[in-house]
Amino acid sequence: MKVFIEGSHAVAEAVKRCKPGVVCAYPITPQTHIVERLSEMVADGDLKAEFINVESEHSAASVVLGSTATGVRSYTATSSQGLMLMAEVLFNIAGMRLPVVLTCVNRSLSAPINIWNDHQDSMSLRDAGWIQLYAENNQEVHDLHFIAYRIAEEKNIMLPCMVCMDGYILSHGYEVVDLAEQEMVDKFLPPYQPEYKLDPENPLTLGLLGDPNYYMETRWAIQETMEEALALLPKIESEFSEIFKRQQPVLVEEYKTQDAEKILLALGSVAGTVKEVVDELREEGEKVGLLRIIAFRPFPKDQVFNALKNADKIGILDKSISLGSVSPVYMEISSLFQERGINKNISGFVAGLGGRDITPEVVKEIFKLLDEKPQAVRFVDLREWYSEKSPVYNWESVAQSTK
Amino acid sequence: MQENLFVAGHTACPGCGQAIAARLVMNAAGKNTIATNATGCLEVFSTGFPHTSWKIAWIHSLFENSAAVASGIEAALRHLGRKENINVIAQGGDGGTADIGLQALSGMLERGHDVLYVMYDNEAYMNTGIQRSGMTPPFSNTTTSPPGKYSLGNPRPKKPMVEICAAHGIPYSASTSVGYFRDVEKKVKKALSIKGPKFLHIFVPCPLGWRHSSSQTLEIAKLVVETGLFPVVEYEDGRLTNVMRFKELKPVEEFLKLQGRFKHLMKDSPEVKSAIEFLNQVVKYNIEKYELIKK
Amino acid sequence: MFVPIVSKPGTSIHNKTGTWRVKQKPKFLQQNCIACNMCFLICPEGCISGEGKNTYKADYDYCKGCGLCAYICPKNDIVMVDEKEDVK
Repeated sequence: MKVFIEGSHAVAEAVKRCKPGVVCAYPITPQTHIVERLSEMVADGDLKAEFINVESEHSAASVVLGSTATGVRSYTATSSQGLMLMAEVLFNIAGMRLPVVLTCVNRSLSAPINIWNDHQDSMSLRDAGWIQLYAENNQEVHDLHFIAYRIAEEKNIMLPCMVCMDGYILSHGYEVVDLAEQEMVDKFLPPYQPEYKLDPENPLTLGLLGDPNYYMETRWAIQETMEEALALLPKIESEFSEIFKRQQPVLVEEYKTQDAEKILLALGSVAGTVKEVVDELREEGEKVGLLRIIAFRPFPKDQVFNALKNADKIGILDKSISLGSVSPVYMEISSLFQERGINKNISGFVAGLGGRDITPEVVKEIFKLLDEKPQAVRFVDLREWYSEKSPVYNWESVAQSTK
Repeated sequence: MQENLFVAGHTACPGCGQAIAARLVMNAAGKNTIATNATGCLEVFSTGFPHTSWKIAWIHSLFENSAAVASGIEAALRHLGRKENINVIAQGGDGGTADIGLQALSGMLERGHDVLYVMYDNEAYMNTGIQRSGMTPPFSNTTTSPPGKYSLGNPRPKKPMVEICAAHGIPYSASTSVGYFRDVEKKVKKALSIKGPKFLHIFVPCPLGWRHSSSQTLEIAKLVVETGLFPVVEYEDGRLTNVMRFKELKPVEEFLKLQGRFKHLMKDSPEVKSAIEFLNQVVKYNIEKYELIKK
Repeated sequence: MFVPIVSKPGTSIHNKTGTWRVKQKPKFLQQNCIACNMCFLICPEGCISGEGKNTYKADYDYCKGCGLCAYICPKNDIVMVDEKEDVK
């Protein structure tokens, strides 16, 4: 059923169809509309779940940890600072192999406090052992949640999954979304069958101390499982399109990369802008393309490599940065080619931090910059409001006033 | 054959008050129980993989979220329609409850989850090496509040956890001591018969941290109550309904002298005199507030 | 690859903490025992068992020799003796 709907509500509609038994979240802009809509659904009996209003994100993640451990499908959502606050719980959930699904409405990280979109929050959690899927538009935002529960709850996987969607751009943007039919969701997503759970009928101890004799194997196991998830995701992708009668790529999307000389890599909604620029530049005769990554964890090395291997120049458009080094996506790509002993022309671009709009002009500029000597980190669209010439602010004058 | 739901083979120190209390709580709660545990002595000494001393369903997550995880379990059980027959008990030490765990505890109490929270109070962060917590009593020697030239040990009184929890408007908030183990059992059973959030504060001596002999655990757990330093009380629906009263209270020195953590108070000096006087004022306050002396 | 850290109940019984004792252990005289059950309740290891008067004893595979049972017995029917003494 096609509706003109806000991204957050598309998420709520998806989660409702997944029938979680416990929904628990703490409000943070720009995630709020998701949980507000879900609480309305619970209040009206459209979603039969326990809706728990907790006192912090740390507790929100802990509540879904407890409810998933008790064998009930659960859901939470957050952004930015909330994700940071629940960070230790997220590592805990993955380590305990509990299939929690969380929506990360991507928002920048404080300080300075900033409520607009970038990928610093979810990128900071890429080591946690969570499957990470990045949506480009609100249809994907809707569909990826079914895939999230499906892959997370797979018998041999049992890893939590984070669906990332750009804050404001997707969460508050209205688009036409084809909401899935409940029968299709029921066919695609069977009820949650835990491998183990808290149950007095079969009392188990969960969360024991793992000393040096035991710890390493648990991490190796998650790493192996990530490989298994990588192999399984394409199968789930086919099953999805069979049942829902539409395509939802789960690993990568190749846009005009076949004969491209220059390829830009991006995650999330900015891919939409890049596609438009690619079309324009193609009109002008330039052989350019876009590779969009949907699953960032597990990282789809083979698919990415195959898409990029024939390109002359590769540009990484990252909405995050590992301060003191390079950006996370750049790290993945350069190690990808390094592993295969290939020297590739790869340039890293950091853009859009703190919600600074990545315009088609900026993207065109980036394509042009690919002709220059490749740099690992290049911040684009920087503006000098901080210099002495600026009427807005300069530190010198502030510093002087404190003397 | 009496069955224990918390069995031997754990690595608690000999004479550990918390080990006694955990066993009493579990045996009183029975098999139909799911328990959570904060990081701390109890969790560490009872669940070193692959060994576990728990015979009930049990989960440990992190240090400060025992109450939040219990909230999630309780919500899941309600969703499954199974809450009626299953007890949910959240456990934590004094640090994991009164300090770092206070937020999650407060949230759980405020939301009205049908969970009993048991706080095992050994008056310091024992598992990490005897550091001062919000429940460390005045003048206690801990590694982060040691006595010295300018200090007589911990300068602050204990957080009034029973009252803090009762102030949330929960149906049951009580204190007890492992020295009165029948009282522990009785209070656990009573709490579990009440629907809603409950709090039970259990005083548990720590032979290692308090520097006393392992066979003195019980004596000390009784003396703290008999001196008036740790009132054993019950609040039901916000009102004080029960107090363990005495014909007369023993002098605080009898409690202090058995423990190495108060060794510096055995000296004769003006500072020590005022410290003892402070403790006597604490007792006086307790006598007045709770009517500790039997009429 | 699924390797969760989960245990079946009560597996700590495989850890025989009785080896911790160095100095002393409890001797259950089984003469004046009134089966009050206090020793069963107080043992931090939960290794004392009994059913009826003069039947209570500790499981020395787990007993750490803390002395609390001897302290609590109202009939002084438990005494702490040297570790080396034979109490069978």
